Amino acid sequence: MTSRVEILNDGGYRSDGRRQHELRDFNIDLSVRGQADGCAMVSHGLTQVLVSVLGPREAKNRSQTIHNRAIINVELSIAPFSSSERRKRSRNDRRILEFAAAVKSTFEPVIQVHLYPRSHIDIFIQVLQQDGGLLSASINATTLALITAGISLFDYVSAVSAGVHSTHPLLDLTALEENDVPYLTTAVMPRTGKVTLVTLETRLHADRFEEIFRLACDAGKVIHKEMRQAVMARTGQLVRALDIGLHDQGALQRDTEDDQEMRID
Amino acid sequence: MVKITIRKRPHNDAVATQRKFFRKTARGKVVKVIRERYLRDDVACGIQSCSICSISSASPAPGDMHVEQPLLPANGALDHSLFPSGHFVLPDTNVILHQMDLLESSSFTPPIVLLQTMLEEVRHRSLPLYSRLKALMKVDEKRVWVFYNEFRSETAVIREDGESPNDRNDRSIRKGAAWYNRHIAQMCTASRTQKTTSLPIIVLLTDDAENRKRAELEGVRCLSVRQYVEGTKESNQLLDLLSYAAETSIEPTQVGTAGRGPLCPEYLPQSTLLAGIRAGDLHQGHFNANSFNYLEGSVAAPAFQKPVLLIGRESMNRAVQGDIVVIEVFDEKDWKAPADAVLEEESTLKDDDPVESEEEEEDEEVVAQEHERRTLARETAGIRSKLPYEKQPTGRVVGIIKRNWRAYVCHIDRSSLASGASTSQSLQSVFAQPVSRVLPRIRMRTRQAPALLGQKILIAIDRWDVTSRYPEGHFVRALGAAESKEAEQESLLLEYDVPYRPFGKAILDCLPKEGDAWVVPPKDGASPEWRDREDLRNLIICSIDPPGCQDIDDALHARRLPNGNIETGVHIADVSHFVLPENPMDNEAAARGTTVYLVDKRIDMLPSLLGTNLCSLRPFVERLAFSVIWELTPEAEIVNVRFTKSVIASKAAFTYEEAQLRKDDPHQQDELSQSVRLLNSLAIKLRAKRMAAGALNLASPEVKIYLDSSESSDPIDVEQKELRETNSLVEEFMLLANISVAKKIQETFPQTAVLRRHLPPPPANFEKLQDILKKRRGLVLDVSSSGALAASLDKCVDPNEPSFNTLVRIMATRCMLSAEYFCSGSVARDTFGHYGLASPIYTHFTSPIRRYADVLAHRQLAAAINYAPLHASLHSKSIVERILNGVNHRHRMAQMAGRASVQFYVGLALKARGMRDGHEVEVREEAFVIRTFRNGLGVFVSKLGLEGLVMFKRETSFDAENYTITIPHSDEDGRDVTIAVFDKVVVRITVEKDRNTQRGVVKMNLVSPVDSSAL
Repeated sequence: MTSRVEILNDGGYRSDGRRQHELRDFNIDLSVRGQADGCAMVSHGLTQVLVSVLGPREAKNRSQTIHNRAIINVELSIAPFSSSERRKRSRNDRRILEFAAAVKSTFEPVIQVHLYPRSHIDIFIQVLQQDGGLLSASINATTLALITAGISLFDYVSAVSAGVHSTHPLLDLTALEENDVPYLTTAVMPRTGKVTLVTLETRLHADRFEEIFRLACDAGKVIHKEMRQAVMARTGQLVRALDIGLHDQGALQRDTEDDQEMRID
Repeated sequence: MVKITIRKRPHNDAVATQRKFFRKTARGKVVKVIRERYLRDDVACGIQSCSICSISSASPAPGDMHVEQPLLPANGALDHSLFPSGHFVLPDTNVILHQMDLLESSSFTPPIVLLQTMLEEVRHRSLPLYSRLKALMKVDEKRVWVFYNEFRSETAVIREDGESPNDRNDRSIRKGAAWYNRHIAQMCTASRTQKTTSLPIIVLLTDDAENRKRAELEGVRCLSVRQYVEGTKESNQLLDLLSYAAETSIEPTQVGTAGRGPLCPEYLPQSTLLAGIRAGDLHQGHFNANSFNYLEGSVAAPAFQKPVLLIGRESMNRAVQGDIVVIEVFDEKDWKAPADAVLEEESTLKDDDPVESEEEEEDEEVVAQEHERRTLARETAGIRSKLPYEKQPTGRVVGIIKRNWRAYVCHIDRSSLASGASTSQSLQSVFAQPVSRVLPRIRMRTRQAPALLGQKILIAIDRWDVTSRYPEGHFVRALGAAESKEAEQESLLLEYDVPYRPFGKAILDCLPKEGDAWVVPPKDGASPEWRDREDLRNLIICSIDPPGCQDIDDALHARRLPNGNIETGVHIADVSHFVLPENPMDNEAAARGTTVYLVDKRIDMLPSLLGTNLCSLRPFVERLAFSVIWELTPEAEIVNVRFTKSVIASKAAFTYEEAQLRKDDPHQQDELSQSVRLLNSLAIKLRAKRMAAGALNLASPEVKIYLDSSESSDPIDVEQKELRETNSLVEEFMLLANISVAKKIQETFPQTAVLRRHLPPPPANFEKLQDILKKRRGLVLDVSSSGALAASLDKCVDPNEPSFNTLVRIMATRCMLSAEYFCSGSVARDTFGHYGLASPIYTHFTSPIRRYADVLAHRQLAAAINYAPLHASLHSKSIVERILNGVNHRHRMAQMAGRASVQFYVGLALKARGMRDGHEVEVREEAFVIRTFRNGLGVFVSKLGLEGLVMFKRETSFDAENYTITIPHSDEDGRDVTIAVFDKVVVRITVEKDRNTQRGVVKMNLVSPVDSSAL
């Protein structure tokens, strides 16, 4: 019975042994899969999402192209075995469409669509396991998949969910916690601190909102660091693989050591 | 900024960091659940000066939850004889479940380590116990530390194949204990302050022998609770607190998951029930729960003189107050007397849990059942010895004809909440405690439990399964914060089923179009109002009512006739002129039945335009009336009586007090005053005649609430109602009018006349009161007739106690049946009588504004004098019967609602009195003992009209035969104090909020002869 689990016990531990501000185990796998141009498998705890990016490519029919920018198409499929109760959702399930629309609108201002006129970028999100934080995992995975596909972005997008139990904020909720506490999901662009997505489907007291929101944004930056490390590591690998003829190791060394990003002015 | 980190979970040993289990859903599906577990090394041991833990545990960040500082003394407790070098106590789950009283005792002081494993197990087994445990942790003197062993990497345990959950938990507890021992050793070597020989140790307390054996093997010091307590300093005291339940021990290792059997038998099929009733084997009746003892109820079956007693949950078989049930009566040798102790469900089953999980609860179930069985057995043991005449038939419910379930006003029981956080939206099972004492707790599932705490809410019962001890219900709506006047008022109206919606448009459309401006048209032959109406506008008519009365429905006049006789008239508002049969307004009035008077609100039966204006016989305006005019001799003998529709113009509206003053003032010689005097003199004679005929002078505890002002409606004080001569003046003439009208309509419509009767009470009802009076006061109550009763009640006086007589009258009134409306054609002619008034026939005619039966009587009387034809519906016996049944019900409910409203305000007034000038003042009042229980007293505070219960926690000796209770060694000199029924005592009255239900409860404590607060 779900009510039997204490969300936050007196010792300050959550039901899975984390403290309030601790995020779940965050794993990134950027290995290539099949035909996709970019691919990322991300897991937040027991939530696991695989995102494949195809494109930019020419659209199938011309009516769906825009002459000066790319079109983004997001499709989501949830594996019937992903949650503990087997359940098949149709592709036109309202929640699925809504979810896909949320992802799409998150990335629309981030992808430099003007660089790819008359083209089409497909983002396929496959949910393999669900245990809360589905939206944030999907967004993080999409960011990474876009990066591996080599699509120009203005910035990373990193998302975290945050909730509040009584007056105590919690980060990165499990499904168990999502059932119990009001929570929001934010997606931030860590370098500028811009927020591209905030969703709140439950009722949250207005006084609490700011605190939770800020916390979620901060947590986004922590996630960003992790994502960046993964991207750097993979890029390093690729560079090393290409490196056969390149003897100047210094460039790569520098790259991994002082992990500086380009400044945006 | 807080430090946000990502916890890493190694994937190679996924077994330790993941929990996998199967869960059965509500639909019966089995699903696999996987949960993560993040193991860590910074879980603190809680021992002060522990150098290892203070390094690893990070200091709490701002915005973080308050994390407790270590509070266990470094050396543990040194005062136990077995452990001179100091020790910490680590109890296992069963110790918590069974020995909570021991842990709560202030003499039990060793530092306690609680493991998360057992904390969760306790929570799972019994939420109330868990709440108690949490409260215990907050007490300063107790040094309790919770060690979250399941999250610490060294102590985390996973269930192995073939291991039962219980065994796993035991192993986990042992592992935790072993870790502590190692940890203490490390700590001491790290600080090097102590020699390794005198290390404090962890003592595992468990009553499970198997567990002990294993623990010893693993090198953990282990004791049974009894052994441990024997070595403590205050062992004598503490040994008493040990519960025996644990020692015969439910073996925690034993797995018994046979499904829970039904708690009560299934109902018989409907056809069997009906056949049984027809054959006379089974009996049908309304189920009445006992408000003092939740394990007892009764059903009044016509075949038996006394109500049939249903003892125990099984016999009551899920009947709820008001259900129409079918019962089977047991053999006469099993008949019993009702129990004489107060049993409250809340306190007996306080550790019961609202969630019924399939397996875990079985033990607890057994315990609760056992507990109930024991209490019942104790009760019945006392009963055996009782006198045979006290025995009542007993039986059990075998079926239900009709459930009379409705929405009940409840509070959420705080202790049944799983998660108290106000933001929690999880689905929880909680108990809702109905406001009414006769209803069982209702289990409901809600997502908003925390928000509903402290509110009055409406709960509807859905079903009651055989396997459940509680009915299941669901939330209907919230009424508002408990104790707020609006919520209380609404809850009162709902609780007593009073329709209180504003009148709809269809109803208001039935009012005269002129509205406020309606007047009696000028007298000429054409206007329909004046048809067959007598012009009584020149008579000196006045009304006498309570102060502030707006719906004046009666007025009086009296004048001397030239022949020496006196003409007296009672003029009743002609409501039937405005309320025509079978229109929406009439239907609504029939449905409402009566106006309901609450202390600060009136729920009208008719729209207020009629009630307080057009029908109200206000002074100086012409009003339509229905008049009863007698010619009486000066000795108040009726010479003749006539009934007529009339037009009157009242000359004055007195309050009782004004009329009294007017009458008593010899300087007032005007016609009005003389008329009042004349009426008064006649009333006195009428009353004397009535009394001579054997009318009862009954008493009910009536009090008056003084409100601060009409706006704020804060009560400031309570006082007994004062009765004046003029009260009885009005009463006498109204009785006379009612009786005259009753005779007339019964003559004209022998089949359908609307009458009112009061059946003589069966003598058995008085048995107990007679017995008490005889044994305690040597007084005899003769109940052979109402006259005899009246006479013997007059003799029940105590020269020192003027209010004693009133008390006996109140108690006698409670033995009687209540009066009821009936249709003259549906009962035998010889049962028409009104017992209390000693009148052979009676009806209600005089208050048509506020009682619907009077409206019917008006219509029938109008037809009887050929003023108007009788509407067809009033010719039909079945329709009249149906309407009157409804009116009877509403009438009863209205009375109870009114009383409850007074009670609520008495409570508020008491609170106000107790908090005078901002600080608390004790409210003490004299009270009479009216009932003795094995563990308490029922007392009655006549000054406040308040009945209360004084409970004794300490052992008392109770003499059921003599109605006394003896409290040993209780006064200053240590002598026994005996209290009997009718003794005068002093009680301290406080209004307390029930912790669980948020209900304001009047608490009474005995002050004299003994102070019961300590008992």
